[in-house]
Amino acid sequence: MTGGARKISAPGMAIRTAAILFVFVIAFTGLLSAAYQWTKPAIEASAAEEKMKLVDDVLPRAEYDNALLNDTLTLPPTPQLGLDEPSTLYRARMGGKPVALVFEAVAPDGYAGKVRLLIALRADGTLAGVRVTQHKETPGLGDYVDPKKDKNKSRPWITQFTGMSLATVANSGWKVKKDGGNIDYYAGATVTPRAVSKAVLKAVQWAEANRTRLIAETGATK
Amino acid sequence: MITRDEFTTIAGNGVWKQNTSIVQILGLCPLLATTTNAVNGIMLSLATIIVMAMSGVAVAALRNFIPHEIRIPVFILIVAALVTVVDLLFNANLHELYLVLGIFIPLIVTNCIVLARVEAFAAKNPPLQSTFDGIFMGVGMLWTLGLLGAMRELLGNGTIFGGIDMVFPSLQPVQLLPESYPGFLLALLPPGAFILLGCMIAWKNWLDARAAQRAQRRPPTAVAATG
Repeated sequence: MTGGARKISAPGMAIRTAAILFVFVIAFTGLLSAAYQWTKPAIEASAAEEKMKLVDDVLPRAEYDNALLNDTLTLPPTPQLGLDEPSTLYRARMGGKPVALVFEAVAPDGYAGKVRLLIALRADGTLAGVRVTQHKETPGLGDYVDPKKDKNKSRPWITQFTGMSLATVANSGWKVKKDGGNIDYYAGATVTPRAVSKAVLKAVQWAEANRTRLIAETGATK
Repeated sequence: MITRDEFTTIAGNGVWKQNTSIVQILGLCPLLATTTNAVNGIMLSLATIIVMAMSGVAVAALRNFIPHEIRIPVFILIVAALVTVVDLLFNANLHELYLVLGIFIPLIVTNCIVLARVEAFAAKNPPLQSTFDGIFMGVGMLWTLGLLGAMRELLGNGTIFGGIDMVFPSLQPVQLLPESYPGFLLALLPPGAFILLGCMIAWKNWLDARAAQRAQRRPPTAVAATG
């Protein structure tokens, strides 16, 4: 500043400024931590609620009676699921008997990067449901894999997987029709459904191969 | 307190004369990213209005305690803290709305509009005026982003208010063009936003130029003629 009325030495000025900045930092950090502490329980509750909502999309609540979010298994990075980070697998049980596995998978080759999926596989090998949980596909083009963006509200694209199993559909059937499989797709956007179909098949194959281990293992059961 | 004149000036500046998006050309990053439909643009603007009003009050109230030399870091601190608090409060109390607005709220920190208004207005004016300035700057952003988003989705998808069902589950997007409309991807991609924003700026300048011309042509003695 030019022409200040008071003469303050440079170091004095620096210390004064630093002290004021420090006070502001303390005050606003305090405000932040107070807000964080105050909102934490509510946020955690709604995060769990949200997880359950996602699970509800792939597996009806009537099919199991255990506290699904607490019956988990931490999976190491699994290339068959397209995951290069650890993930959580949820086990649904009815009267103590396993009824379904709910786990995440990633289709690494979407049109715009990874497409994250949540898959529920019943004990009899049929898919209870598949949902896209995260994607960056082009709005209005490839994003119909997410039922919220699908124009066909009565029978969204992703529900085609419901009821499919390795026993009833041959491996070649888990492809879009353009590639000789059973899966419908919208013309003009094949890359995304192709990637999702491939990832679902790989994930189901992996889960079937490891089923007994996934159900028995008590890795992270809380 | 605030006079009627002051209020009119602040509102006029925010909504039209100093419009953030088409005059100051600030905050283009969220503008490009979120205006793929009208609903997203409007929601981001609503969240920005809240943050701008709050940061306006906070900075204006503290303006006499903030040394000039360190005003920028202090402003950033205040804005960032308020955005985080708003983010946490939304998450805890209005979770449904948070799921829609959530991704936009942290983006507001990086929005230079907030810092620009705090620096240009709130640092020099009393709290009440600063609050109105924040709100009306946000309203200016609201109509610009809403209009831009509506144009982009109409050209790109043939719909309007896509995604409204995520805010109000009972409402459905309106299909304005026939179902067979093939779509126009460019409008949905960031370059389309730039092109349409350019058109909006040109439109505003044309309106302003026309108004200026009319004012010139009309002689100042017009009052006498009517009397």
